[in-house]
Amino acid sequence: MNDSQQDATAPIVTMEKVNKYFGSLHVMQDIDLEITAGEVVVIVGASGSGKSTLIRCINGLEEFQSGRIVVDGNELTPHGKGGKSLQTIRTEVGMVFQQFNLFPHLSVHANVTLAPEKVRGLDNTKAWEIADRLLERVGISDQADKYPGQLSGGQQQRVALARALAMEPRLMLFDEPTSALDPEMIGEVLDAMRELANEGMTMMIVTHEMGFAREVADRAIFVHGGRIVEQGTPQEVFDRPQHERTQAFLSRVLKH
Amino acid sequence: MDVTFQFDWQAAIASLPHLLTGIPWTLLISFGGLAIGFLIGIIFGLLRISPLRLLRWPATVYIEIFRGTPVLVQVLFIFYGLPQLLGGPINAVVAGIAAIALNAGAYISEIVRGGVQSIEKGQREAGLSLGLSRTDTFRYIIWPQALRRMIPALGNQGIVSIKDTSLFSVIGVGELVRQGQVYIATTFTALEVYLMVALLYLAITLSLSFALRLLERKGLVGQ
Repeated sequence: MNDSQQDATAPIVTMEKVNKYFGSLHVMQDIDLEITAGEVVVIVGASGSGKSTLIRCINGLEEFQSGRIVVDGNELTPHGKGGKSLQTIRTEVGMVFQQFNLFPHLSVHANVTLAPEKVRGLDNTKAWEIADRLLERVGISDQADKYPGQLSGGQQQRVALARALAMEPRLMLFDEPTSALDPEMIGEVLDAMRELANEGMTMMIVTHEMGFAREVADRAIFVHGGRIVEQGTPQEVFDRPQHERTQAFLSRVLKH
Repeated sequence: MDVTFQFDWQAAIASLPHLLTGIPWTLLISFGGLAIGFLIGIIFGLLRISPLRLLRWPATVYIEIFRGTPVLVQVLFIFYGLPQLLGGPINAVVAGIAAIALNAGAYISEIVRGGVQSIEKGQREAGLSLGLSRTDTFRYIIWPQALRRMIPALGNQGIVSIKDTSLFSVIGVGELVRQGQVYIATTFTALEVYLMVALLYLAITLSLSFALRLLERKGLVGQ
């Protein structure tokens, strides 16, 4: 046990002066951010603003060049030198991707049991129990023997959610989870996420679904040009944006 | 020219028992060489995409050399050239297997590289994000998918290598072509015998094609 796990009010994610460059492009500029356990945070901003990059740094899918990121007491250092703590972070942080990224060569069931078996070392029976329970919860239990290619986009994304939850993460990252879905399937994925939020999961969600963000989020963060320009409750950020960048972005998004 | 020449089916059939004695050697050299070549291909194909330049360039040098020189020259070098260095003769069958292994290995390296690189970046990210190590991500997620995509190209290489073994008659391996030549030397039925030799090669390569098609269809389930 380390200190942060004992102290319930300690942030589960801390980012301090995090900077990241893609070549000469400064995609994250002095990002400071703290996420408390149980918090649901939505991150909004135009494409290319750095919002996906921000959450991808938290589980080490992107390197950063300076600053520090601490996730549940495990520290990531610049240039991807996380070593053992990076591995620990990845087992404790789940991620849902825009393109689902299910494993097409494995059945739905095997997609969910793979990591619990190989990473947590659970035996097959135990892993299947967990998978059954999670697939039931996201409403896919009748499709468990199918392969991802045989499912609709909405079903695939719900399997991806179950797959991430099977590792019993302390934090869930969502990188535009509904952006690749047909409109009629967005609702079912948002429903599953809403349920997860109600159960108290800590969530960081990059999304363009403003209605969902307003309803579910405790905090909204607006990112522009690699900086956190404005943050507050969804009402504050969406209804009374203080910064002109936020106002401009919202007027463009909400018009549609 | 004698336009009344008749194709002698009886002579063709009569040559079969003798020709068939060459088949085990053809198969041994082909499949022995391909099996080793596949191992070489996996190792060098993966070295080729290593993030470390020090590992990449030896793989590139090997691939370019063995892909860029004829397999006939390679086997002549091994069978006649290497003994001068080693101070002792090399068995012709061993030389044949080595030539196929090294030659096919170079091509298979490129097939492996292409197969692995064709897997979407998101697959790796999904594996890593679940806490799988890089090795496990490769072993359970990338490799099985890459292998399926490689099957058609591996099939091509298998067929090419089987046909390449016909060149090894020049170092005296008793394979199919060699047996044909030996038989023709006493019967002078070149037309019939070479047609039978061709048909026997076709029988081997068609069997391989068919087996691979079954494997591919099975592998495509769920994709």
